[in-house]
Amino acid sequence: MTLPEYNFAYLDEQTKRMIRRSILKGIAIPGYQVPFASREMPMPYGWGTGGVQVTAAILGPDDVLKVIDQGADDTTNAVSIRAFFAKTANVATTTKTADATVIQTRHRIPEAPLSAGQVIVYQVPIPEPLRFLEPRETETRVIHGLEEYGLIHVKLYEDIAQHGHIATTYAYPVKVEDRYVMDPSPIPKFDNPKMNGSPALQLFGAGREKRIYALPPFTHVVSLDFEDHPFEVQKFKQPCALCNATGVYLDEVVTDDRGSRMYVCSDTDHCETRREEGHRGPGLPISGAQTVKEDAA
Amino acid sequence: MTSPILSVRDLERRYGDFIGCTDISFDVWPGEVVAIVGESGSGKTTLLNCISGRLDRSSGSIRYNMRDGRFPDLADLSEAERRFLMRTDWGFVHQNPADGLRMRVSAGANVGERLMAIGDRHYGEIRHTATEWLGRVEIAGDRIDDKPVAFSGGMRQRLQIARNLVTRPRLIFMDEPTGGLDVSVQARVLDLLRGLVSDLGLAVVIVTHDLAVARLLSQRMIVMKSGRIVETGLTDRVLDDPHHPYTQLLVASILES
Ligand SMILES: Nc1ncnc2c1ncn2[C@@H]1O[C@H](COP(=O)(O)OP(=O)(O)OP(=O)(O)O)[C@@H](O)[C@H]1O
Ligand SMILES: [Mg+2]
Ligand SMILES: [Zn+2]
Repeated sequence: MTLPEYNFAYLDEQTKRMIRRSILKGIAIPGYQVPFASREMPMPYGWGTGGVQVTAAILGPDDVLKVIDQGADDTTNAVSIRAFFAKTANVATTTKTADATVIQTRHRIPEAPLSAGQVIVYQVPIPEPLRFLEPRETETRVIHGLEEYGLIHVKLYEDIAQHGHIATTYAYPVKVEDRYVMDPSPIPKFDNPKMNGSPALQLFGAGREKRIYALPPFTHVVSLDFEDHPFEVQKFKQPCALCNATGVYLDEVVTDDRGSRMYVCSDTDHCETRREEGHRGPGLPISGAQTVKEDAA
Repeated sequence: MTSPILSVRDLERRYGDFIGCTDISFDVWPGEVVAIVGESGSGKTTLLNCISGRLDRSSGSIRYNMRDGRFPDLADLSEAERRFLMRTDWGFVHQNPADGLRMRVSAGANVGERLMAIGDRHYGEIRHTATEWLGRVEIAGDRIDDKPVAFSGGMRQRLQIARNLVTRPRLIFMDEPTGGLDVSVQARVLDLLRGLVSDLGLAVVIVTHDLAVARLLSQRMIVMKSGRIVETGLTDRVLDDPHHPYTQLLVASILES
């Protein structure tokens, strides 16, 4: 079936060239927010139109696309974006991290390490890490330009003063190549270390705010902290109830109407892959739909 | 003989055809408090903002004696150097504390911000220093995590002062620092300022239309009228024996009121 009403990947070639120029500039200056002329997309801003435009600009006919939302491939948002590109670009799609050449994501980095040649595209709602403390765009631009980043530590200071520890758990600010402070988008800080030195190309698109930024492969990315309150990732006491994985990011899910809970991988592909490999967690149903509750070790 | 910390020559600032201030020359010496007085609209704020690098001048020179011994015109510093000066070597106390504070972050963070700006990365030490400075401006240590929105006007102003002094600046600019406060609160803030200025050996340029404030804090006075300096001299001399008719009028009007 042909779809003559669409250009390949929806955007016209001139727009894609413009976006690619911004991406290239972003790659040349890791962590720097490059303005771009964000276009209206046939979906609301909250759906990641920045990420969608970046994906549209880099997608080729041979690409294999994976789209995740909070780690899952099957949310409405992820399914819609995948369907959008399947329709407008006719590209192959996958849920397997290892098989994908382009991964568009909202709120997670896959657990399986990314490899050279892969591109991960982050959907970004607010690209400016200083926005909370300094609403003036003219001022934040100067702060980035002159590396006056004391302000970002004011935010971390407030966290510790209020909570006794750095309570920021997502969109945790990082410093890129010892130069630009960057908002990694609302991924859990658990995923921050994955950005550092990744062999994959990482692109960030903010549609409403009209900004693109990038981390080329093997970029040095450091999470900000204090000497006496060093950066730490979330730790989970129990393994995934389904695949027994440890050292992964878990979501709490309610398993029945009596409020029973279990912790399972937020990365659904990772969890499924492990189960296919024979890993079994303590909460895995023995048969049918009946969930057996069992305490994790 | 030492050299001035700040040296202003033939300074002019125009707003279009209108003259904000003109023909301004004076020096500020280390540890000296200079008061700029004059009626509303006489150009005090214009002058202060020019010499503190917050407002572009139209012509003239403003030179600052850097810690490293250079004595450059502010216009010849890079923006980065100028901004670095402003948050380390200088302070600026606004009349309205909200203009000089971050109202939505805690008192501790307000004081600690400059420390973090110059690279302090030890939370415990930043907090310790902030507590110390809150004490010096008579804010109880247990208010360290409160936001300035919860503070009275006098406390806010004292917090703004602590926030400025934490990096041990050498030169402080103040625009009517007690102008927005109740009379009952003014005295305490003035007292505190006077103590800190002499303890720390600060050089201060303070704008005020209140001659009592000038008398209490300053050693030297600059009297402005219609954007020009009409008289300068030691504060006591100017107030007790004003030479220029305009100064005489100013002093007389205060005595009458
Ligand atoms: N941005 C501006 N544009 C045009 N004119 C201005 C501007 N700022 C100040 N002026 C004018 O310049 C003159 C000096 O103003 P300035 O604010 O320096 O006076 P001031 O001595 O600080 O007065 P006040 O005691 O009321 O604060 C005034 O006539 C004022 O109206
Ligand atoms: Mg004024
Ligand atoms: Zn799992």
